[in-house]
Amino acid sequence: MTHTKLRKLKISYGDNHALKEINVDIPDKQITAIIGPSGCGKTTLLKSINRIIELSEGVKVRGEVLIDGANIYGKDADVLALRKKVGFLPQRPCPLPMSIYDNVAFGPRIHRLSEEQITKQLEKQKTNGLVKKEKSKKYQDYSKMDHLVEHYLKLAGLWDEVKDRLHSSASKLSIGQQQRLALARVLAIEPEVILADEPTSALDPLSAKLVEEQFKLLKKDYTIVIVTHILRQARRIADYVMFMYLGELIEHGPAEKFFNAPQKDKTKEYLSGEIS
Amino acid sequence: MKRKIKRSEIEEKIFKILMIVSLAIVLLSLIGIISVIVIKGFSALSWSMIFETPKGGYYLGKEGGIANAIVGSLYLAFGALILSLIVSIPLAFALQKDYLNKKIANLIRVLLDVLCGVPSIVYGAFAFIVMMHFMIRASLLGGIVTLALFMTPIMTRAMDESIRLVPAELKEASYSMGATRFETSFKIVLRQSLPGIATAVLIAFGRGIGDAASILFTAGYTDSIPTSLFSPVASLPLAIFFQIATPIAEVQRRAYASAFILLAIVLIVSIITRYLSSRFSRYNLS
Repeated sequence: MTHTKLRKLKISYGDNHALKEINVDIPDKQITAIIGPSGCGKTTLLKSINRIIELSEGVKVRGEVLIDGANIYGKDADVLALRKKVGFLPQRPCPLPMSIYDNVAFGPRIHRLSEEQITKQLEKQKTNGLVKKEKSKKYQDYSKMDHLVEHYLKLAGLWDEVKDRLHSSASKLSIGQQQRLALARVLAIEPEVILADEPTSALDPLSAKLVEEQFKLLKKDYTIVIVTHILRQARRIADYVMFMYLGELIEHGPAEKFFNAPQKDKTKEYLSGEIS
Repeated sequence: MKRKIKRSEIEEKIFKILMIVSLAIVLLSLIGIISVIVIKGFSALSWSMIFETPKGGYYLGKEGGIANAIVGSLYLAFGALILSLIVSIPLAFALQKDYLNKKIANLIRVLLDVLCGVPSIVYGAFAFIVMMHFMIRASLLGGIVTLALFMTPIMTRAMDESIRLVPAELKEASYSMGATRFETSFKIVLRQSLPGIATAVLIAFGRGIGDAASILFTAGYTDSIPTSLFSPVASLPLAIFFQIATPIAEVQRRAYASAFILLAIVLIVSIITRYLSSRFSRYNLS
């Protein structure tokens, strides 16, 4: 059963209908790529899944996004809890104006995690085997938060590069490192779903590859939805593909089927490069 | 072949000359102000001027200093600064689109701009009427409140402009992690806009400590250092005014020395504020 379902989702900015009746189930623990030309509602769709879209001016959302059976746009939906469950990685990494350490600790701090909750969260993390355990001699004077920060920086593949300067400014990192820091920051709130809006578009090819590889590891434990306009990137990492064109969801399905045997003419045109 | 001078090149030249002239005007007037103050006032400057209150006959050229005005101005300006800060920070945040819709916020901005343009004597006259009604005499408290009224719109608008420059992506990053508006405003936006907020505080402080008209009726003037919020208080701008209005040359020189002290205070506060703000914003996005 899938946890995330979009039902008759319509989004408009004033008179501009950005999304027209989207119905789709997003598969759990896979990478879903939303592809399509620019300005076709990919980002709008992505941002609707954790209600970040509501920060835009004049936006109107109709229809439902069901997560674990509850409509997140419902009257008594808890938007803060939703955003803890559904993390968001922006297009341009935006380090918070604080140290590397505080960037990762920001989420747990605003959600006021107690020491026990952090311990529990880290115990649960151990079972996924994504981060190799290693003995360190300094461990005895580590606080719970130190453990958490180290864990998520490792999970985002950034630890080795920053372990000696955790308390220096996050904005001094390279842009590729900043994007992995943003990933660590999102992971630290322990989301079930990670939304990523063209997360590699501002990065150099090497950093982009690092982020892609991190995603491939993470899908073992997280549902990942990524917007991309790079078709090859979708081919490399996606398990499931959604093709958007002018606000409509033209076709969606498992990646292999989608790329090898597309059903709709528009999809064929897009895949062959006739439209971009 | 002879090259024709193009119209666009002439435009470029003229604009360049204009820029240089404007820069020269501003720099020269600044240098002019400082040199007049130093040349005319430096000879009158002394430790007793800074640390002593006026003795009998001070305004006729005898012994004493203007410690009463220095301390008075510091009391007035810092008191008003604190009051203004308490009002300006929430107000500046309220004007952002996270809290108020754009139309209402812009209307309030227009009103604040009008208040910024109201001459300080009008604030003084208004506060004086109110104080008369409640039978409050000219006092430190009256001066502080009046100055705060005068400084708040200036401070709020300057803060507002710097907060508006915080990138939307930064706020989005904070909200997307489940931060509330309060957490986003105070843990992220405030930090990021700290240098701008420091500038806002400085502008307001400078305007406040240098203003004479708003405190003329509301703070009064006295030769002693105030011991309570309800006693009248002297101030540097009024000290300059009273001293320069005498026919005695020595006292006039003291007026310029007082101006020098006022300038020094603004400079010191400005340096401290800049230092603190750069220390606290060392993590900021550039």
